[in-house]
Amino acid sequence: MEKTVQKYLGKIEAQGLAHRDDVVLFARDADVYCNRTLREDERELHAVLETMNVSSLLFARPAEPYWTILEQIALRDETVPAEGRIVPRDAETRTFLHDIPVLEHFWAADIAAALSRRKTAIIRGRGIVTFGSMTPEQSYIMLSSTCFTAFVKYFSDALHRFREAVVDEEDLAAFRRIWRASKPFFPGGEILQFHTGTANDDDMVLAMIAEVGRAVVDHHLVDSFFGNISYATDDCIYISQTGSSLDELHGCIDKVPFDGTSSAGITASSELSAHKNIYRATGLNAILHGHPKFAVIMSMDCERKNCDRELCYKACPEQRSVHGIPIVSGEIGTGATALMHTAPEALRKDRGVIVYGHGVFTAGRNDFRQAFAELQRVERTCVAAYREEVEKASGGRI
Amino acid sequence: MSGYTFRSIHVDLSSRTIEAVSTSEQLREEYLGGRGFGVSLLSDFMSLSYDNPEMPIVFATGPLVGTASPTSGRMSVVSRSPLTGTIFDCSVGGRFGTMLKRAGYDYIRITGISERLVVLEIDGDAVTVRDAGSLAMKPVSAVAQEYSSDWSTAVIGPAGERQVRYASIIADGHYAAGRGGLGAVMGAKRLKAIAVRGDDPVQVADAGTLKSAGDAVMRLLRSSQAVFGEFGLSEFGTAALVDVIHARRMEPTENFRKTVFAGSGAYSGYAMKTRYRTQKTGCSGCPVLCKKIGAAREVIPEYETVSHFGALNSNSDLASIIEANRLCNDLGMDTITAAATIACSAELQGRTIPPDEMLQLLREIADRRSGRANELAEGSLRYAAAQGRPDLSMSVKGLELPAYDPRGAYGTALAYATSNRGGCHLRAYPISHEILRRPVSTDRFSFAGKARIIKIAEDLNAVVDSLTACKFVFFAVSLEEYAKVLSAVTGRHHDMQSLFRIGERIWNAERRMNRANGFSAADDDLPPRFFTDRGTSGGFVEIRPIDRTEFLHARANYYRIRGYAAELAESHCEQ
Repeated sequence: MEKTVQKYLGKIEAQGLAHRDDVVLFARDADVYCNRTLREDERELHAVLETMNVSSLLFARPAEPYWTILEQIALRDETVPAEGRIVPRDAETRTFLHDIPVLEHFWAADIAAALSRRKTAIIRGRGIVTFGSMTPEQSYIMLSSTCFTAFVKYFSDALHRFREAVVDEEDLAAFRRIWRASKPFFPGGEILQFHTGTANDDDMVLAMIAEVGRAVVDHHLVDSFFGNISYATDDCIYISQTGSSLDELHGCIDKVPFDGTSSAGITASSELSAHKNIYRATGLNAILHGHPKFAVIMSMDCERKNCDRELCYKACPEQRSVHGIPIVSGEIGTGATALMHTAPEALRKDRGVIVYGHGVFTAGRNDFRQAFAELQRVERTCVAAYREEVEKASGGRI
Repeated sequence: MSGYTFRSIHVDLSSRTIEAVSTSEQLREEYLGGRGFGVSLLSDFMSLSYDNPEMPIVFATGPLVGTASPTSGRMSVVSRSPLTGTIFDCSVGGRFGTMLKRAGYDYIRITGISERLVVLEIDGDAVTVRDAGSLAMKPVSAVAQEYSSDWSTAVIGPAGERQVRYASIIADGHYAAGRGGLGAVMGAKRLKAIAVRGDDPVQVADAGTLKSAGDAVMRLLRSSQAVFGEFGLSEFGTAALVDVIHARRMEPTENFRKTVFAGSGAYSGYAMKTRYRTQKTGCSGCPVLCKKIGAAREVIPEYETVSHFGALNSNSDLASIIEANRLCNDLGMDTITAAATIACSAELQGRTIPPDEMLQLLREIADRRSGRANELAEGSLRYAAAQGRPDLSMSVKGLELPAYDPRGAYGTALAYATSNRGGCHLRAYPISHEILRRPVSTDRFSFAGKARIIKIAEDLNAVVDSLTACKFVFFAVSLEEYAKVLSAVTGRHHDMQSLFRIGERIWNAERRMNRANGFSAADDDLPPRFFTDRGTSGGFVEIRPIDRTEFLHARANYYRIRGYAAELAESHCEQ
């Protein structure tokens, strides 16, 4: 248990989610392991763990910019005082989290009640508390997802507030602080030394996928370690498995025949069908799917009036784009309104497409250089576009 | 409170009395429905033999049945198993549960032994016991044909009447209460069938919230490769698992002597879909439709069935596997135990049983026609023990293991051992995380953390079986979403942890009953082969024997987590 806990503490730090000392991570089988002695004001967590049928419990005071983001959301979001929760609109929340309770007190009964209802909760002025029903990894994922979705929500709401001119000096100062602290997440333009050229055997394909997987995580182009990667040969697709860590893909890549003769791909990424359709539509053979934050934020930035906002994520009738990068609607997985129908069409013309509230697909030929560079370019473009929009809306005050 | 009819039926076949009773508040609050109802209703009778007149058999629906909740068409059948001697429940699909609920009943509890073969007919308020001598030894299909399509039926075949210890109950032609021999309990009562119909709507507390909660479930299902993906259950049925279990080298072959079968491609999901041009069908209220029917109305077998009539018996003849499945359904026998018992006898005889002989054996077993068939009708453990080799029965507590070799997944190994109904993959369903990576992937070759994971999953599945929902859905969703569904249906607040407490209560009640019948830590164990013999390694995957010390340590951890002091003490003695 100790080894597992230390592994995820390392990931939490590496992702900039929280400092190790600001995290309490319990993992238990018959015995309970915790990474450190609890402070006086954290002891309620023992009672939470006692009342819950779970394997892991995590409490973290997130690092910047997440700390200030959570404070700002708790202060500004009107659903917090009214309903004690926030309801972000991104695909992660819509599909997996549903909503996130916001608690006023660090009380065991309140925390246990919130975590009996949802997988994660925000405690005002304290941080984020989550659990893993089976493993500590789930706690880490939920922490990361909460930070991701809060980040997206904050910047989306901030842009709206600038446009509505309801931003005071305090808001502005907070925004500047958050923007500065977010800069380490902005993608650079560095050219990485990937394997080049067409892969000609299994081992080479697996090595190429593992290499780019680590790069995508290291460059903050995914939420926690999620996303998916594939490479196509003449007769099959090699694709990361569902729920796999893109920075640890050894043994977690499925080989799926194009002709469907094997169902071993039942463990493949939930976006397998989208990848297949992209290959069919484009003739390319390397795909990356990540969740860069500002691409997600900009995909949801739409000023069109008189729309049913509940339909945007799955059935937007508009042709939208960010500086020429197409934005499409589409749900995760399968179904009539799934992105497997929309993203491939967009990639016929472009090398990158943003899926509303969800993430980015990029594609390239022979190796992953083009797809990775495009993923970085999309996010850089979206950061710049966001900045332009905020500058415009704020009258140049930021 | 909604979601229940608040009314149930008690039937005594000895006196032919039928009594409508209220579904007690305590039962609803503490045991939820389905499996939980059955466990509670059997608690005072569990020391009795399965064929004692006082022994009940319970057919119970859950609060979601008959509502718009996703996958709400199931029910549970619960009694004492003739095969294992444990308390035993089966979750059954089809539409029997829905019909029973719409007829106005939460559950049926049947006791007594009829003098003659009878059927129980429930037509709304009209509940009758009717003589059925003309149906004696009739196959399931013939009995089902006696009723028009507005009825739902639960029928036993000749195997049930002959009290084959693994006789099944078949609902609506091919949805089986397959395992554990509950068909023999009906047979002992001389109850050939139950037929039910009804059309009363089931009341729901908050239809709007139920709709949004159902939408959340559907979003998750559509995001799941295992459920709605192009290789998922909706496309191929459970036979979708053939290829992945083969690839993981944990495919029980030749009575678990090997773990890879070269011929499994003959009966993969793809092979069956293309050869039989399958169509989707499924349980009432289910969006997944994992049941597959061929263009010529062939019933396509489940994964366990194809693998055990296939790899376990070294058989790659798909037509014979389809026929074996049809025969088992029609004769009313559990496919897993039937195939495993034949594989066990093959090993004892030092040969492979060819497909034609296998099919003939099935017919003979159902009828207990010959001396050998009569022995095989007792299940593999009694059969192998009679031959002086109980170690060759690949079973736990007398229930034959399904088609996942425990040497390839250690959580599965532990779950087989601790299961309250014997060697079963469905109590904790560790295949979900050890193979299908849901809700999170775990290291299949490690016991680390598995004791608690298994405990939590056992509690979870006790809830699922009591709702009564479908386990496959829980590859994608969790109790978080279903607590909201349940709250919308009943109007009472439920959350994950309140449901877990119900699940734990049900599990512990089962465990208490088994202990009262003499089960101990010694029964929470695997056949010795798994601790001594290697599986079939290759392709960078090594299938080693399970380290017994690690297994016992994990089991002791499980007992500590459960608070089972007696089993822990027994375990220490064993070590």
